[in-house]
Amino acid sequence: MSNENYEAASRGGTSDKLAEFQDHSRGFLGNIQHVLHVNPAMVPLIVLVASIVVFGLLLGSKFFSPFALTLILQQVQIVGIVAAAQSLVILTAGIDLSVGAIMVFSSVVMGQFTFRYGLPPAVAVAAGLMVGTACGFVNGWLVAKVKLPPFIVTLGMWQIVLATNFLYSANETIRAQDIAENAPLLQLFGAKVNIGGAVLTVGVIFMVLLVLTLSYVLKQTAWGRHVYAVGDDPEAAELSGVNVKRTLISVYMLAGLICAFAGWALIGRIGSVSPTSGQLANIESITAVVIGGISLFGGRGSIMGTLFGALIVGVFTLGLRLMGADAQWTYLLIGLLIICAVAVDQWIRKVSS
Amino acid sequence: MEPILQGKNLVKRYGRVTALDHCDFELYPGEVLAVIGDNGAGKSSLIKAVSGAVIPDAGEVYLEGKQVRFSSPNDAREHGIETVYQTLAMSPALSITDNMFMGRELRKPGFMGKYLRQLDKKAMEKFAREKLSELGLMTIQNINQAVETLSGGQRQGVAVARAAAFGSKVIILDEPTAALGVKESRRVLELIQDVRSRGIPIVLISHNMPHVFEVADRIHIHRLGKRLTVIKPGDYTMSDAVAFMTGAKEPETVAA
Repeated sequence: MSNENYEAASRGGTSDKLAEFQDHSRGFLGNIQHVLHVNPAMVPLIVLVASIVVFGLLLGSKFFSPFALTLILQQVQIVGIVAAAQSLVILTAGIDLSVGAIMVFSSVVMGQFTFRYGLPPAVAVAAGLMVGTACGFVNGWLVAKVKLPPFIVTLGMWQIVLATNFLYSANETIRAQDIAENAPLLQLFGAKVNIGGAVLTVGVIFMVLLVLTLSYVLKQTAWGRHVYAVGDDPEAAELSGVNVKRTLISVYMLAGLICAFAGWALIGRIGSVSPTSGQLANIESITAVVIGGISLFGGRGSIMGTLFGALIVGVFTLGLRLMGADAQWTYLLIGLLIICAVAVDQWIRKVSS
Repeated sequence: MEPILQGKNLVKRYGRVTALDHCDFELYPGEVLAVIGDNGAGKSSLIKAVSGAVIPDAGEVYLEGKQVRFSSPNDAREHGIETVYQTLAMSPALSITDNMFMGRELRKPGFMGKYLRQLDKKAMEKFAREKLSELGLMTIQNINQAVETLSGGQRQGVAVARAAAFGSKVIILDEPTAALGVKESRRVLELIQDVRSRGIPIVLISHNMPHVFEVADRIHIHRLGKRLTVIKPGDYTMSDAVAFMTGAKEPETVAA
């Protein structure tokens, strides 16, 4: 809108009319930019649908079947859950490199508390969830109160938690049969639900519910708005009356808790408790978040985008594997997608009326 | 007449720098008080001390004759003091409504609001639209558009509207016209007069002498961390005010 308009309108202004809506034509590209600005999850959704259609056409029913499509969900469930945690942190303009380590350590705590100390599985699970939350709290405290950069804090925590994980578990794996016999609760997230040919696990359902819940919380509650405001401009948020430190700490704690849930889901997915599993979770979660259109600069994006991002990676992985392509093609395409996603983000950020 | 907002003997040090040196400050009901001073004179520290953004090392702040101690801007806000910062303190990616209600969101009544903490977006939008209209900012296209899509003057307008909507006792404006063009500045000066006509006193910090002399009822001149004098714009010229500010000239009488 031009200044002339603004001035002219303000002169003739009477205060009995309400603010009006005016539509301006922005041109075709401008319209696209505007739509994407308002709905940041649109790009990954379009890419996801397009990739499903393309692989469906290329592979036919081998790919386009309830079984194959739900297999993708099962394959992305761990990354999807961890990426939900990563999204929260990245929305505050942070980054959490320790998500994978927290996940594995939480699963090890759940396993060892049950088998080494003979605690009831429910208590062990609760302890694992608390350990994850506590790791998140340390991250959040260091970022918010000591004002260290999130990258450094979580880089350090990644090493610390991972080393603690190996030291504490003595590098021992707890076998799947032992868990199934003595503590089936630990494998709860692996329980399968068959609907027609579709196979859903508790972990998949949890992932979807988690994303829907977080989406509600981020859009519809004051806390969610504060998360965006803190990521957008922490000083402005503070001056407008947001408790920035408390918001940051709560975000990192929630991220830690979600990672611990991912650890529980990890036991369900692989059956055993292994201190060496899930090593790529942090990079894969950041990939899903970036492809999902969440800005690494904070304050922009939606958590639904993250889910779509994780699914895009899953679709490419399975689709290319079913086509018999070298796995390296997957990485190559994912790499391209990451760069395109960030380029689109930069373009959207330039939006102005 | 009793001042609505008063500071007495305020002291604030940052390391070895004394930003406020036993400074006094008074704002009377219904007036526009301009605060002028050279860079580094301590204007911002003074304003922050009475608006809760910094806690003074010594001295007292009185609101309507009662002593108050603000520990945060939110604290001052709860007492009816709203500040529009030079940076505007808005989140560019969030909507006008989100920004207006940041930190004091309305929740839906009943189960959804109480247990699921759902925000009452409709009520907030309605309120935001009314407040913008009251100040003649009707050309804002969409109350849900992101603040970053607004022009500088519109952003300032939204920030002032936010302050006017919630500031029941005092509104503080820090350099509201510094970043604006001529026309937009004019609009903001009109906004200031609109707000004053509704009986809310305003503290205006500005470097722009024509703006200060146009809208202020009294001018508080700040120099070296304390109040040098308070003048009425009719009694002195702009060059006098600048001379006092820079120390080129001393005022004859010290204001009581």
